[in-house]
Order: sequence, then C-alpha cells, then structure tokens
Amino acid sequence: MTTKVDQTISSPLLSVRDLHVTFRSKHTEVTPVDGVDLEVAPGEILGLAGESGSGKSLTLRAILGLLPRGGSAKGDLRFAGDNGELVPYDPAAVRGSGMSMVFQEPMTALNPTMRVGDLIALGAQIHQGMSKADAMTEAVDLMREVGIPVPERRARSWPHELSGGLRQRVMIATALSTKPRLLLCDEPTTALDVTVQRQILSLLRRLAEERQMSMIFVTHDLPVLASIADRIAVMYAGRVVEINDSRELFRRPKHPYTHALMHSAPVIDVTEERLVGIEGRPPDPRRFPVGCRFADRCSFVADGCEDAPYRLGEIVDSSGTACVRELDLKGVR
Amino acid sequence: MTGLLELENLSVRFNVGGSLFGRFGNSSTTLTAVDSVTFSAEPGRSIGIVGESGCGKSTLAKALIGLVSYEGVLRFDGAELKARRTKQLRRQIQMVFQDPGSSLNPALTPRQTLSELLKIHEMVPVDAIDDRCAELIDLVELPARVLDVQPRSLSGGQRQRIGLARALALEPSVLIADESVAALDVSVQASILNLISDLKEELNLTLLFISHDLAVIRHMADEVVVMYLGGMVEHGSVAEVFDDPQHPYTQALLASAPRLKRDLTDETPIIGEPPSPLDLPPGCRFAGRCPQAFDLCHTERPPLYSHDHGSAACFLLSDSNE
Amino acid sequence: MTANLVSTVEATGAPTEPDLDVVRSRWKDMPTKFWIGTGIVGVYALIAVFAYWLAPYDPVEPDVVNRLASPSWSHLIGTDELGRDVLSRLLVATRIDLTVGFLGAFFPMVVGTALGAMAGYFGKWVDVLIMRVADIVQAFPAYILIIALVFAFGQGAGTILIAFTITVWVVYARLIRDEILRVRGLDYVQAARAAGVPSWRIIGRHILPNTISQTVVYFTTDVLYAILAIASFSFIGLGIPLPAPEWGSMIEGGQEFLRDNWWLTVAPGVALSILGLGFMLIGDGLDDRLSE
Repeated sequence: MTTKVDQTISSPLLSVRDLHVTFRSKHTEVTPVDGVDLEVAPGEILGLAGESGSGKSLTLRAILGLLPRGGSAKGDLRFAGDNGELVPYDPAAVRGSGMSMVFQEPMTALNPTMRVGDLIALGAQIHQGMSKADAMTEAVDLMREVGIPVPERRARSWPHELSGGLRQRVMIATALSTKPRLLLCDEPTTALDVTVQRQILSLLRRLAEERQMSMIFVTHDLPVLASIADRIAVMYAGRVVEINDSRELFRRPKHPYTHALMHSAPVIDVTEERLVGIEGRPPDPRRFPVGCRFADRCSFVADGCEDAPYRLGEIVDSSGTACVRELDLKGVR
Repeated sequence: MTGLLELENLSVRFNVGGSLFGRFGNSSTTLTAVDSVTFSAEPGRSIGIVGESGCGKSTLAKALIGLVSYEGVLRFDGAELKARRTKQLRRQIQMVFQDPGSSLNPALTPRQTLSELLKIHEMVPVDAIDDRCAELIDLVELPARVLDVQPRSLSGGQRQRIGLARALALEPSVLIADESVAALDVSVQASILNLISDLKEELNLTLLFISHDLAVIRHMADEVVVMYLGGMVEHGSVAEVFDDPQHPYTQALLASAPRLKRDLTDETPIIGEPPSPLDLPPGCRFAGRCPQAFDLCHTERPPLYSHDHGSAACFLLSDSNE
Repeated sequence: MTANLVSTVEATGAPTEPDLDVVRSRWKDMPTKFWIGTGIVGVYALIAVFAYWLAPYDPVEPDVVNRLASPSWSHLIGTDELGRDVLSRLLVATRIDLTVGFLGAFFPMVVGTALGAMAGYFGKWVDVLIMRVADIVQAFPAYILIIALVFAFGQGAGTILIAFTITVWVVYARLIRDEILRVRGLDYVQAARAAGVPSWRIIGRHILPNTISQTVVYFTTDVLYAILAIASFSFIGLGIPLPAPEWGSMIEGGQEFLRDNWWLTVAPGVALSILGLGFMLIGDGLDDRLSE
C-alpha cells in the first residue's frame, strides 16, 4: 500500500525518480543506489545525509553523469529548462549547462598543471563562449566573490601553493564559472579544519541566496546540515529512509536510523550522557536484505518489520519516512 | 607540579630541506612542530588535546610515545623519560592510532599481532598467551573468532577495537588516543568512544584524548589543552574552558563548531587561515587572525598566563590588562 | 581528513564492511596466463632436473662420423657439426641455462634486498652511503664491466654470477627501499616501534612481508633477463665455455649451417623463446593479480 502524495513543489528544478546505480564486474553485480527519488526546488538547499555505503555520493554523481568506471545509472532524471518545464536529460551531456559540482578533496580535484585563474576561466570559456581575456576577468571576479583575498595576484597561483580552504574556494569558483542553477556538493567541508569549514559553509549559504542557486549538499555529518540545509534526506543502504524539513527533522525524526544518527554524534550544544551507537554494520550491497534494510540493527524493530516493503517511493517533497511503524522519536532540538 | 605524566617545555623540532648529503651540507630550515608544551596529567584523569591541522597534537603524541626525539622534559611517575627508552618504560605509555586502514599489519592476524607483544614483553607465560589474547579481544567487545581473521576482512570499527586491544596488551598506565575515531562512521564512533570511556574507568587509565572535534573532547575529557601552530594557547577544565574560553582562538574554535540550532549568519567568527609553520611571524602565532589583537601581539609572544581556573597564552590576560 | 575513507570506498561501490569470513585462498584468483606460464616453466624445470636421464646421447662426446645429420628417428633434431645429438644438447642446456639464470637473479636479489632494506629502514648515513654506491654502480655500463670481469677471471658460470651480482643488485635495492619508505611511516610499524619491538623483528615481520611482492614479480622477469644475458654472452664467446651445451653458444654454432641445417640454430632459439614466454606470463599474471 503506497501513499501518493501531491507535489507541493510546484515547479521543481531537478526531479529524480527511481534512480538505480549498478556496478557490474566479471563475477558480481552490485546496486548501491537502489531506487532513490528526490526533488529540489529552485533556490533550495537539500541536504543528503548518510554514512559510508549509503549511496549518497553515488547518487550525486549519477545526477551529473560522473560515475566511476563500471557504473551505470538508470532512472528518470529531469532538469528544468529555461521556461521552468522539467525536461528529461542525459547525465553525460548536462555538465556545464545548469549543474556543477564541488568535490570533497581539494588536494586532488584541482588540475596541478594549471594556474588557478586559468582553471576557473576555462569554464567560462567553454560553456559561455567567452574570449580568454573576458574569461580571466570573470575568473578574478568569481575569486573575489568566493572570498579569496587579492584575487588578481592569486589567479596566478598554482594549486599546490594554496591552503585547503583556499583550494576549496577555487573549486567553488570553478563550479560557479558555468553559472549553474544547481550546485552539487560532495562532502565539500569534510576535509577542512573546523574554522575553515565554518567559513566555507557561510560562503555556500550566501552564494545560494545571492545567486538564487539550488544545492544538494552531501555529507555524513548531520550537524553540518543543521546550519545549511532547508530540507534533509537521510539515506541508508541505497535508499532514502527519511526526508523532511530540516528543523522538523531534528525536532522529531521519524525513522529509527535518523534518530540513532542524531544521537550518536556529540554536538557542542547538546549534552548527552552516553552516546548511542548503532550495533552491527550496514548490509553488504551485494546482498541487500528483502524488506526493511535497517531491521537487523533497529532498536525499535517489531514483527513484520523484516518483511516490510519499501514505501518512501512516492513521497518526495513533503516529509516522508520509510519506517512502517508509527514511532514517537525524540529529536535533539 | 605532580602528576603521573609531566611535560615541561616539551618541544619537537625537525630539520626540513637540506642538501644532497643530509645533515652535512647547507643549513636547512627548522620546523618547530611542538613548541614548549607544559602541563601535567594526574593519574586517572582524561585530558583532551584539541586543535586543527598543523597544531602539533599528533607530533606531540608521537613524542610522548617515544617515536620522535624531543627537547624539554618529560616525566613519568617522577622519573625523566627520554625518547630513546627501554622496553620496560615503553609499556607505560601506549597509543591507539588514527587510521584503521593502516593500523594493523595486513600480513598478520590479530592474534599474531597481539601475541608478538605479549611475548616480547613477557606479559604472561608462553602457554597462557592464547588465553590472554582471548581476554583482550573480549575486553574490546569483539568475538573470539576475530583473532584469526585477516585484517582486510575487518571493518574500520573492528580494526580500531583491535588497535585498542594492542595498546592495552602491554597494560599501560597512560593511553593516548590520537584521533582514534575520526575515520569512522558516526554510529561506529559512538561505540568506540563509549568503549574507551568504559575501559578507562575499568582499568584506571590516564587518558590523553587527541581530536580536532571539540564536541568529542567535551564528551571524553575532564581537562582540555588547546593547541595552535605548535603552541599551547589555553588549558583548563573542560567545563570552564567551554563555558568561558579565555583565548580568542578557543573562542573562535567554539564558535565554529557545528551546532544543531540554525545560526549560520554571514558573520564568520574567524578569518583567513593559519600561516605556514615554516615561516611563523614574530609575536603571537594567532595575531594575524585575531579580532582582538593589538600592537604587542605582533611583536612579542605571550606566555601562558594563569587565571583562576586555568591558563591561556594571551596578552589580554596579563595583569596590566585585567 | 575525517571521512576520506568514507567517500573513496563509497565511490567504488564496494561493500565498506566486509564479511568476517576468512578470505578465500588467493591462488584461486590467479589469472589463467599465470598458470600457463607456470606450466611452461615447470616443464622446463623438470627437464632441467632430469636432463641427463632424458638425454638419449652424451651431449658432449663428439661423433664426427654422424656430423650434420638431418632429423631422423634416431636423432630427433639431427646432429651438430661435431656429430653430437642436438636434442640431448638442448635438454642439458636447459639445465645449465636455467640453473645459472636462476642463480644469476637470485644472488643479486638477496644482496640487493638486504642492502636496500637497510638503506630504507635505517635511513640517514646508511641510506646515503648505500644509495650513492648504487648510483655509481648503475652509472657504469654493465656489459663493459661484465666483459672486463670475464677477461680477468676467465669464462664460466662463476664469473657470470659474480658479474650479475655486482651489477644487478641495484635494481632490487631501489625496489625494496622505495617500498620500505612507503611502509615505514604506516601506523602498524609505528605501533610496533612504540611497543618496543626490536628493529630486526620489525623489518622481518612487519616490513618485509608487506614490501616483498614487487620484488617477487621483478624476480620472475629478472630470471628471464639473466638467461637471455647468459645466452648473449655465450653467443659472443664470453659466457659458458664450450663444449658445454648452452642455448646461446648453440645458436652461434649453428649459424654457418643456417641454409641446410637450419634446425641447429632454430631449435635452441625456439627453446629459449618458449621459456621466455613462460616467464613473461608468470610475471604478467602476478602483476595483474597484485595490482587488483
């Protein structure tokens, strides 16, 4: 019995329906993203949270057609055209025209043989057809916008001369050079020091507002999402298990996994006597269990949970949970 | 100053660069990774060492463990401890390492790893080694079969537990946990942190918990030492430092920590990034980024000033200012 | 720094929490070519061991009456210019080439690995000293050195082995030193040091087992290089002296009869090539498997 919920996002920017990502090798076939539905409204920041193995990074990469070797994506992906109409697109062809990505590891994501100014200008040249000179001016402007001091001078730096925070800013500027309407961020602050992380989060938030840009922000760190995301989708074992407005999620989680996740990380403004870990490990993607995939680790498991069908499928924009039990779980706000 | 572990002006310096023939040749630059750290750890206390990358906390841990040579004085139980130390003395201070991927020898099973240590230090008679391995594995809440499995089949959490078992095999008095949970999933972190807390109580260990994560430090430690670019900037009880931080860096660090209340405004609590540790400016290391810096801060390095509940290396605390 | 492990493993789609079962024996995963190569080399090894029993005739005793005979049932590959049975000579040459070739890679491996390990583990002046010597040796043209040694000490297996050991150890030393430098900083080595495990034991139990795989792969190709080098030197008269059968000298000896008795040169050439193929398949297979 599935519940079909009306679309309350009147004209989404991105629509992802029934996304599956499969890896095939000689002996095995693995589907680490197994039926994901998402929508992002214009100007909205959607947080995508989950631990390792949840499929969150692969989901992001599938949207942009950046899957690693051996991976293939299947699903209904639509991106809004200029008129606001959702149009199906081919992930391989969409890059540079509306969507951009910021990666986790600034160390390796920047081409070490190019000066950073040239790198940023490249996007403007290719996707906006600017001349080299115009593109360089644009690059310097972008660098200023992302908070890089003395951008004219910095544009001539090589990536290895910059600190982690500056490199991340360069990466953001590069992503912005194609004037995207949707920015995909894959753990952009995880590799940074906490003080720098705070700066980058502020920056991203500001950019989203100023440019009316949407974002999907992938992270394993829930508290980070508390300060930047409008809505949060939580993933586990290849599926979305809960989706809700950010404040609501932290006030009243509706899935035991979200609840456990929320209470297992120490947060500076929350005092927990004892941290709640989760026993066991996530299921092996080669052998996902039928029914609820969290059942074997869930503290609220009951009869019928192990066979419960997955039913978040139809719910994408208003709150939804894959948990079949009506639980009253305590949040942290 | 009495304590189980005492550090007095402990510094670690490296020679960086140099010529073809290593030390024979042109002079190289000196990197001061740890600069005059002084504190003491009472038996049974849990001391958190917090700081961002480059602050020297990991190098400090290596010095305490005797893996790098250091200057200054380190005392264990009243007696001075040098970097080159006897097998016996090594037993007393042990460490759980950060990266579960490289913390276990891939060519040995956990049993072999543990047995080696038990044998070398003659912790138990030879015929009791297997039993002791089983006890240690049980201590870290793992099933016995884990002992005979290749490390590559183990998860990050399991490997960290074995790393913990290895550290405890020598029955140390001081346990150092160097970012021991940073590379783990959040749900696994919690179990490991709980385990470390429990074992600390059970075995009456003195714990030195190193992390960049303030929230974890607050949860695990009684006292906290805040480090920045190699130097100590603040020291005090966790409750007081977190409640009323004295040093501007500590204040900024606390303000930057992710919170569950949505509070992200454009006002960022700290600007810029740390200078290169090879090219430190004169004066206070933090002066370049400090919102409260004044002239003196740029020319002279502040010493650690004591106040009623701790100490901080900031001129704002000097008597003339208060 | 915190979650690099996380997204890297995620991106490959591999399960992040592997099973607790003991991993299947690695041998099952070896690619087919490895087994084919091993088979070939195995056959040669058997021939080398049983050469004298397998050989129908004495490989060295001349029988001039029957010289340059064509292949027949009594002499499957004919006879050479001194009437010796080519097949017998081939079989015994297998033993000689394989043995000297193996040792010619083995000795440099032992010496080079030992020196390289010391350089890598102890570092500082030990490292500087050993590596500078390595640089000097490597700068010197190897073949000239070998020729000089042969003129000094005369032909023969002994000279060849000395020559190889002196020149080839450098490769092994660099190989193991690089691996050791990589492994030395890893946490499990640090943990062993911090726990007071003695150096020799750290090298033997913690470092070497985790750094030796590249050496092993290189060794398999090096045996081949050694055999080829021996054949080459024998071809020009500086290797294994006649009348001992050796592929290189057999190839040389058959040259002048290439038109009418082409098998005198081709047979040892083919023997050498097939063995080479076998070694390459082994090395390739190992390399494939280890770099997975």
